[in-house]
Amino acid sequence: MEFTTVIKPKNKLFEVDFKEIWRYRDLYSMFVKRDIITQYKQTILGPTWFFIQPALTTIMYMVVFGGIAGISTDGLPQPLFYLAGIVFWQYFSDCLNKTSSTFTANQGIFGKVYFPRMIVPLATVTSNLVRMGIQFLLFIAVYIYYLIIGVDVAPNIYILLLPLLILMLAGLALGFGIIVSSLTTKYRDLTILFTFFVSLWMYATPVIYPLSTMSENRQWIMALNPVTGIMEAFKYGALGVGTFDWGMLAYSFGFMVVLLAIGIVVFNKVQRSFMDTV
Amino acid sequence: MPTAIEFENISKQYRLGLVSTRTLSHDLKRWYAMNIQGKDDPYLKIGELNDRAHRGESEYVWALKDINFKVEQGDVLGIIGKNGAGKSTLLKILSKVTTPSTGTIKARGRIASLLEVGTGFHPEMTGRENIYMNGAIMGMTKAEISRKFDEIVDFSGVERYIDTPAKRYSSGMTVRLGFAIAAHLDPEILVVDEVLAVGDAEFQKKAIGKMQDVSKGEGRTVLFVSHNMTAVKSLCKTGIILENGQVKEFGAIDPIVSRYLKGDSAIENHKKWDKPVIAKKGFELLEIGVRKKGGDYTDTMRVDDELEIFIKYKLTENKNMLHLTLHFKDEGGNKIFSDSIVRNGNYNFEHDKGIYEAIVKIPEQYFNWGSFSLDLYVVENRNKPLIIEDDIISFTLSINEVIIGAPLGREPGEITPHFNWSESKIR
Repeated sequence: MEFTTVIKPKNKLFEVDFKEIWRYRDLYSMFVKRDIITQYKQTILGPTWFFIQPALTTIMYMVVFGGIAGISTDGLPQPLFYLAGIVFWQYFSDCLNKTSSTFTANQGIFGKVYFPRMIVPLATVTSNLVRMGIQFLLFIAVYIYYLIIGVDVAPNIYILLLPLLILMLAGLALGFGIIVSSLTTKYRDLTILFTFFVSLWMYATPVIYPLSTMSENRQWIMALNPVTGIMEAFKYGALGVGTFDWGMLAYSFGFMVVLLAIGIVVFNKVQRSFMDTV
Repeated sequence: MPTAIEFENISKQYRLGLVSTRTLSHDLKRWYAMNIQGKDDPYLKIGELNDRAHRGESEYVWALKDINFKVEQGDVLGIIGKNGAGKSTLLKILSKVTTPSTGTIKARGRIASLLEVGTGFHPEMTGRENIYMNGAIMGMTKAEISRKFDEIVDFSGVERYIDTPAKRYSSGMTVRLGFAIAAHLDPEILVVDEVLAVGDAEFQKKAIGKMQDVSKGEGRTVLFVSHNMTAVKSLCKTGIILENGQVKEFGAIDPIVSRYLKGDSAIENHKKWDKPVIAKKGFELLEIGVRKKGGDYTDTMRVDDELEIFIKYKLTENKNMLHLTLHFKDEGGNKIFSDSIVRNGNYNFEHDKGIYEAIVKIPEQYFNWGSFSLDLYVVENRNKPLIIEDDIISFTLSINEVIIGAPLGREPGEITPHFNWSESKIR
């Protein structure tokens, strides 16, 4: 029998063991399951919270941004407009926040057993997807309600891009999250900065306002944000408002690919020795 | 037997103190040296041996330094050493939790590590869910776990609580379940670190038995770290002593354990002082020793020999309530019994100034073969210890001509007194 395991100080920069990750796929599905079922254990309302959270946020936005600040919703009913933004953004920010603390939050278990660390952020992104799917049902329910009472909304052909849009969102969150989590193992300063950054990021993304409210010369700055294109494309496909631009979407896609590649390399390098610095 | 694991020049360096201070500047220097100048890591050249008790000069320390050894397949290796000797670091490297600074480990087959079992148990999930979860973390597939599920539950003995969240478990139950999962992993190499500490006696026995089965019957390799020398001795075939991050000794388990327990001091069955060293309030110990009756202190003592303990002391003032007590301890430091001159009954507690000699006679075949040590108590007023000297002397008894450590069956227990047996045919 040959030596099957060789443990060395360093590995090559791009040596990512995808085969190993595949071998641990059962663990991946169990992590996903765990994330979902443990979230609302020992609560009375249980999974109902999946609906209550976005509903409450929507009402809050209706009061603050729609009512007091009077920000336009492109002529759409406020609940529909906000809910679309919230469901999408919430997914992105949840993924980002959770993946960015992969190492610090799991150091207990990472310090004892080895398994490909990438499983954890991958599972996070997936379990949040399930959550988003459930919340999407709420969006659809509200949507149908407005169709019945005769509000002028209709999805168009671009709604078929939805899976791709979600995939891009997941990719961006994953890539960004694992880079941040790799950097925070040594320098905790970033953790503090990052929470602040994520909440700011929402305001730099057309979540609570349509991109069209921005003046022309500011819109290109907004377009630098890779989430802008995705968000606008979703609103355009589902609600028929906003702007749709293949160029912006391609930019977001490219951004995601580069970010993911960097993220995987950095994460892979850090995972081998982070226990010494965390 | 083929080699299961090979450690080649394994070293691990750690930075002392706070991680945050000056980390960035060191990182930048290291990056500059390695990537721009193409040199080796400059900080790997410095560093001191890992000695916990002494303050060092360098900020970098070698938790492990040049570890080289091989473990044969089917061997059960005990890794022993004091706190901070590098045991856990070694196991962490082996289980890929962290990387070595230099060197290579080569291993054949799947390595499962039990560094504190039950880690990765989610408190909100039930025992059943956690079995699947934990098994998967250790690299089992869902199908494998399902196949062994009943066996695991049975071995753990927590069937009743299997659908209760793990947060309601006692620490012992958690360990039981955790160990049960790991023991059924069927890894080629099992790494076990101090798991038995929490379990009860029944479970410890079960766990040791399982590990023995694993190594004997199935030819798997076990690496076992523990401070429990009884467990180490009953489980392991070979042992390794780590000291300050280096391999101090490697070999068969029995001599290794004895060597470790004795520490640096060799067996000393005779001590003599010219100056007052062990002295207090007018009492001064002059000499203490144990030897075979009529022999010299250098003679080998055997189980069949009658033994004598001599204690010589000086009193520089009158003591009217003073006596001596000895505690006899086995190799593991466990007290076997104590004895005192007071038990003579008519002992005269009153002592004038002068030099005294006490002699304790131990009949032949009283102690089993092995090493023993003595604690000396000088007691005032019947129960107030004036002086307590732990391990003041120690001695080794051999069996016939054979030296201790030879693979001969030793009768159980530390003493082998012989009682008055009689037998007759009654019908």
